[in-house]
Amino acid sequence: MLDVRGLKKVYEGSGRRVEAVRDLTFTVDAGELVCLVGPSGCGKTTLLKCMGGLLTPTSGEVLLEGRRVSGPPPGMAFVFQEYGRSLFPWMRVGENVELPLKQKNLSKARRRELVRDALESVGLADAVGAYPWQLSGGMQQRVAIARALAYEPQVLLMDEPFAAVDAQTRADLEDLVRGLWRERGITILFVTHDIDEAVYLGERVIVLSASPTVVQEQLKVELPAERDQLHTRVDPRFAELRTHVYAQIQAAKRGEVTDSVTKSDTPPPR
Amino acid sequence: MTRVLLRLVFVFALPAVLVAVWWVASAGSTDVYWPPLRTILEAFPDVWTAERLREDVLPSVLRLTGGYALAAVVGVTAGTVIGSYRRVRAVCEPVLEFLRAVPPPVLVPVIMLFAGIGDTMKVTVIASGCMWPVLLNTVEGVRAVDPVMAETARSYGVKGTARLRHLVLRSASPQIFAGLRQALSIGIILMVISEMFAASNGLGFTIVQFQRGFAIPDMWTGILVLGLLGFLLSVVFQLVERRVLGWYHGLRASTRRSP
Repeated sequence: MLDVRGLKKVYEGSGRRVEAVRDLTFTVDAGELVCLVGPSGCGKTTLLKCMGGLLTPTSGEVLLEGRRVSGPPPGMAFVFQEYGRSLFPWMRVGENVELPLKQKNLSKARRRELVRDALESVGLADAVGAYPWQLSGGMQQRVAIARALAYEPQVLLMDEPFAAVDAQTRADLEDLVRGLWRERGITILFVTHDIDEAVYLGERVIVLSASPTVVQEQLKVELPAERDQLHTRVDPRFAELRTHVYAQIQAAKRGEVTDSVTKSDTPPPR
Repeated sequence: MTRVLLRLVFVFALPAVLVAVWWVASAGSTDVYWPPLRTILEAFPDVWTAERLREDVLPSVLRLTGGYALAAVVGVTAGTVIGSYRRVRAVCEPVLEFLRAVPPPVLVPVIMLFAGIGDTMKVTVIASGCMWPVLLNTVEGVRAVDPVMAETARSYGVKGTARLRHLVLRSASPQIFAGLRQALSIGIILMVISEMFAASNGLGFTIVQFQRGFAIPDMWTGILVLGLLGFLLSVVFQLVERRVLGWYHGLRASTRRSP
């Protein structure tokens, strides 16, 4: 479904060369929910933007159903972390959800149907006529999710979508994403820095190393498909998995530290 | 009800005081150039007859509308192009700064040379002065489009005219309106000035005619009409702005409530 092969991204500018992503290779199967987790500043967003066709990788490629991604593909929808800046404040909720559909040349009736259906799925059917800034943060992110759903993507890319909402809203939104995934069978790639969230949500967790980024580990989350905030989070298996991922991320961070130590240990040139 | 009354009091208190002060201070005036307000108000209905409104006020307003509309269209179009492309901006910016610094009234004699002394000249003068605030504010507004919104639009395939219509212009609209507001007052000034140079009708022309004929109270009524016209236009502008930028005021109010 989604193939990332040897992806590398180097930012160059004003005499500084930053290697954000060194070499990433992984695949996401159709209908899978994969979480990408890594230490902060490890290039998660860069990776996701390369996958979404918003950034051009320095080398390597991203394939969506065997086709190389060179610009934002119509089969992908993006949910950004900054919901407040991703929804257009001059449009009502319904218009925000409908705008991408207008580019797809769908009939008006079909567009309406998709908008209503998507807003119903996120529990905001009666907010069609409201402006985004009249809603709470969690509701705004629901609108952003509805916009992505209405777009009918094969792959949904989510970039730390719940990093800016409070803990309770976050739990609700996590369950919403799990629910939508099971209901609609879309492929979801979910980026987060929250280890618990990654384990709770994902069928598979890909742990990234510190920048310059490579895949540190991939692990299958063997938790029942039916998950809920109360029971799943106290499941011993959940605790094991999160401890394991946590240890991996710590190792990733240490990896960076030992690297720099070796560098400073080299004797200065005479 | 009481709140509405209170608002009306706030709106009309200062004008009422100013008019009263003028009335009292000028009551016994024998100075030809400072006639009593009473005399001015008595002259008002005689001077501003329906015919005069049609033959002097209407042409002025039409010139202003034409010049202002032209400035708005050119300013927003050019501003969008300049604001969208870094290269164009680099080329245009020094020239813009220079042109903006030239006071528009100075252009009247120049524009007269090629546009004659008819309405074309007056509309051109008004447009050439009103254009700058609109253009420069549009450039800033277009440049300031939020990068997350721009990426959102890109990832959802919103491009071309749809992007311009739904993202760029809407996002720049608060700044465009700030420019339009500045342009409105400049437009009224230029309307009067252009009519003082070479004209056979219009508000500016009439006021100068009264002054030259020593019809001083009549001249003062003309100044009052100008003030009223400016006030009326700004009220209309506010109504339009409140409608178009309703979202912006709501957004600002909601961010103020929860920072």
